[in-house]
Amino acid sequence: MMHDSARTIRDGVAAGRFSAVEVCQTFLDRIEATNPSLNAFTLVAADRALGRAAEIDRRRAAGETLGPLAGVPVAIKDNLCVRGMRTTASSRILDRFVPPFSATVVERLEAAHAVIVGKTNCDEFAMGSSNENSAYGPVHNPWAADRTPGGSSGGSAAAVAARCVPLALGSDTGGSIRQPASFCGVLGLKPTYGRVSRYGLLAFASSLDQVGPMARSAGDAALTLNVLAGPDRADATSSRQPVPDFTAGLTGRIPGLRVGVPRTFVSEGVDEGVRRVWDQALQTVRDAGATLVDVELPHAKYATPVYYLVASAEASSNLARYDGVRYGYRAAGASGLKEMYSRTRDEGFGAEVKRRIMLGTYVLSAGYYDAFYLKAQQVRTLLRRDYDAAFEKVDVVAMPTSPIPAFRLGEKTADPLQMYLADVFTVSANLAGLPAISIPCGFVEGSERLPVGLQVTGKMFDESTLLRVADAYERITDWHTQAP
Amino acid sequence: MSSGLTIADVERVAALAHLDLTADEKTLFTRQLDGILDYARQLQAIDTNGVPATAHVHVHQESEREDEPRASLSLADAVENAPDANLEAGLFRVPRVIGG
Repeated sequence: MMHDSARTIRDGVAAGRFSAVEVCQTFLDRIEATNPSLNAFTLVAADRALGRAAEIDRRRAAGETLGPLAGVPVAIKDNLCVRGMRTTASSRILDRFVPPFSATVVERLEAAHAVIVGKTNCDEFAMGSSNENSAYGPVHNPWAADRTPGGSSGGSAAAVAARCVPLALGSDTGGSIRQPASFCGVLGLKPTYGRVSRYGLLAFASSLDQVGPMARSAGDAALTLNVLAGPDRADATSSRQPVPDFTAGLTGRIPGLRVGVPRTFVSEGVDEGVRRVWDQALQTVRDAGATLVDVELPHAKYATPVYYLVASAEASSNLARYDGVRYGYRAAGASGLKEMYSRTRDEGFGAEVKRRIMLGTYVLSAGYYDAFYLKAQQVRTLLRRDYDAAFEKVDVVAMPTSPIPAFRLGEKTADPLQMYLADVFTVSANLAGLPAISIPCGFVEGSERLPVGLQVTGKMFDESTLLRVADAYERITDWHTQAP
Repeated sequence: MSSGLTIADVERVAALAHLDLTADEKTLFTRQLDGILDYARQLQAIDTNGVPATAHVHVHQESEREDEPRASLSLADAVENAPDANLEAGLFRVPRVIGG
């Protein structure tokens, strides 16, 4: 059962081949066995999960129609609120925060009869690319314990890869779903900005953040996006675009699909092993009937500095709310209000979060706004125009998800800039608001086998095509079925 | 290379951000932020004359709705997570700011 898809589990529960409680217990046992070495979960809500599973079994016994994710265990990244379940964003400052409400995505999953089994470790407030910026310690990559699972949704990616859950939610501000999916050999989808409600997601950068599924197949990701997508009155930026049935487009066929390849952009700084896998992946896409077309994204090389200026500026504003008054940690013994604020924040936030608050505050401050923040937003416009021009010629754009495979824990922590540079291929989709998916496409073979992801970026609201590409890819390769 | 960021700059920004940084943090952040800002300076070379800023990927849609009253958080729920609160009065407690 551990290796079954969410769809198989749901159908088995609905048909009575096994109970939701049996499913839940199987995965809880798996979590208990693996979490001491992976550290993928910050909280396992076993009793609550078993209670929900029993309720689903009762509904079935009573003849009720079960939801599209009935009995499917799901892990939730710990920056998404679940009512009554501790939610920390892996930060000391929220160490004891128990949300009085659930994120819309959580409510929708539970309305679809999914069973939430726990909260997954991540980089603090989703700021990081290695899961090492967590107050609860790093997650270990299931494929190589001395390496990072990627970040910031590292716990979700590791949990899905290690068969602790068939499905997890992540959030993606600059690659935080796709890069860990790539590092752990699972599928990760960042939907179009606005496709999925952000209500109840602890805000990092509001113009970039998006919630999405992490799974082991395109079919399961499509099933989950069906549940998550659609407008939400609690999020004014959620889109009223019609939501298609994402599972309906999984025909396995991509003949005639025009796949843009920004060869100039991906020509530099890509690890040799990743490059070999990437070349093979493009060949596979062509063998499936797609046409490869060279495209230029002249401003994509600037996406990383643009991203770090814009995201940090927004973060410095969003994280102003953590002041030790209404919720979260408060420093003891401060003699005045201002001292209480500034000591609370220094003691409560980790180094990377403080660094980004500082960077964001700096670029928004008088004298630097035009030179950094405004400039970055203008280049963001140029980047969007690059994609608009590319999508005149092609249906999707393909890149490696990451220029490197999973790196060693501790390898990049001393130099934040080196860590940022590894986000080069993922950040532009967020800046342009576009949907993008990471598909398992092979391994760098060495002393350890390290997964590699193929990133496919689509037009606004065209997740269907991305999922169709992933599904077609899965039908002619078996990378997505390999387990660590 | 250097963007010329000084410890005094870092102290000024930390005060704006309400961060009581330690001396070690000030030294570390001065060096690291200097490197990041220097790297970001490559954007200055791009011609953005007349290019509008993208603050947000606009999804053009009617965003008005009827103003219907709905249930909100209860007082107890709202103060439940506070590090210091008077539950009966429904108040957050903070260090004294006036008089005293």
